[in-house]
Amino acid sequence: MNENQIIEVKNLKKGFGSQKVINNVSLQLFKGENLVVLGKSGSGKSVLIKCIVRLLTPDEGEINVLGEDMGSLNRDALGEMRRKIGFLFQSGALYDSMTVKQNLEFPLRRMKKNLTTKDIDKKIDEALEHVGLKDALNKMPSQLSGGMRKRISLARTIVADPSIILYDEPTTGLDPATSDEISVLINDIQKKYKTSSMIITHDIECARATANRLIMLHEGEIYMEGDLEKFEKSTDTLIESFFKNNNNKNT
Amino acid sequence: MKKIIPVLKVAPIIRNVKNRTIVISEKTLEKTRYFNDFMTETANFFLFISHTFKATFSRDFEFREFFRQCFQIGYKSLPLVSITGFIVGLVLTIQTRPTLVNFGADSMLPGMVAISLIREMGPVIIALICAGKIGSGMGAELGSMKVTEQIDAMEVSSANPMRFLVVTRVLAATLMIPVLVLYADFLGILGSWAGANIKGDVSFSLFFSQAFGKIDYIDFIPAFIKTIFFGAVIGIVGCYKGFTAGRGTESVGIAANTAVVLASLLVIILDLIAAQITDMI
Repeated sequence: MNENQIIEVKNLKKGFGSQKVINNVSLQLFKGENLVVLGKSGSGKSVLIKCIVRLLTPDEGEINVLGEDMGSLNRDALGEMRRKIGFLFQSGALYDSMTVKQNLEFPLRRMKKNLTTKDIDKKIDEALEHVGLKDALNKMPSQLSGGMRKRISLARTIVADPSIILYDEPTTGLDPATSDEISVLINDIQKKYKTSSMIITHDIECARATANRLIMLHEGEIYMEGDLEKFEKSTDTLIESFFKNNNNKNT
Repeated sequence: MKKIIPVLKVAPIIRNVKNRTIVISEKTLEKTRYFNDFMTETANFFLFISHTFKATFSRDFEFREFFRQCFQIGYKSLPLVSITGFIVGLVLTIQTRPTLVNFGADSMLPGMVAISLIREMGPVIIALICAGKIGSGMGAELGSMKVTEQIDAMEVSSANPMRFLVVTRVLAATLMIPVLVLYADFLGILGSWAGANIKGDVSFSLFFSQAFGKIDYIDFIPAFIKTIFFGAVIGIVGCYKGFTAGRGTESVGIAANTAVVLASLLVIILDLIAAQITDMI
């Protein structure tokens, strides 16, 4: 595995029953880059990143994260590895029964056990300030709007200083203005925390704003890989349908 | 958590068994599938129990969440348990008093009510009430956490959801349900005293001394032990159903519903086993 490769996925296959969701996918995430994985709903994007953090077990193939084979890690080693990976869920996945502060405290208390309460409070303040929601500290998730929930979820993802962040549809369900704000935040986080990120999306505007490199997944296979320019200039019907439809919406 | 997936597949037609062709009807196949599903579900349930045990004795016990659950299960069930316990004692007295009076045995009333409350009525009724309130609550809460990916979020936060969500709830239910039953037993005897005073005049101290005078350790200890098992079963079934809920919102309702049905059924079965064991002592 190349030193610059943070994540390496080799010949990944995953299915549910008779339905094949991911079929022989191989890809790499390099240090410091934002890799956008595009694809229609049901193309296997979310399954791919859930396999990377081993929320789902692949049927075949190998996933190496920071040089470690994820499939061979025991529970403790997997826990250690997950401390280095932040995961932003599509739904936000904020804990309903906890306040915003407790939501941010939860991973910190478990991932960084040597931190004092003062250090934890400081880190929570910093993370909330970064997403611009310092006032929401004592609010319950039910009191937050969709965009605010996403930002708090983002704050919870970055609070434990991960070196890799996996974003699962970060802008889904948000209005265009809030989507843009989230895209800006993703770029800010990449610069400030020097993270390597994989962004799963079907939002072309988010892809345009954040991508250093793109991969298109279609029917569980990699359909196209390259930079934004290659995708924009592509005359392929599927790629065009993604990019041109979105351009039309914007005009 | 690893899950057992059904692997038994039955071909519709099995040929050449002792040179004869045996045709299996769709109805038989359907029954086989039900049996297969039942066995798979049972295996998964026991696997879940073993995971819960393993997580209970692992390091980093979640004390804060455990006390929160004790508060949720114990303190927040008090109004329901109080009303139920009091009314059960009251009704038991109103119903049995005329018969006892006919036999001239009305002085036996406090002892009889106390024994039936402590040995059977209190534990079973309160366990069934708790199966409804606590079991469904756990099923629905954990089910919705599963649907909204909160359990997955815990998993990727290096937290063990079994330890944080399941162990704390199961232990809290195991601890609090016996306490609730004892409390309900006391209120039941209080209700019985109130019932006895509708058509009579019995002093509080006389009624209670007669009631507790008839109770022996053999009445109290087996009943208390079975409430510990009732609590554990309610907790574990509620958590299992929530934890294994499907992905849609409909599955949250199904998880809550099946948690109540299964927990109630297991409480009744455990009560039967406890009665048999007590009978042998």
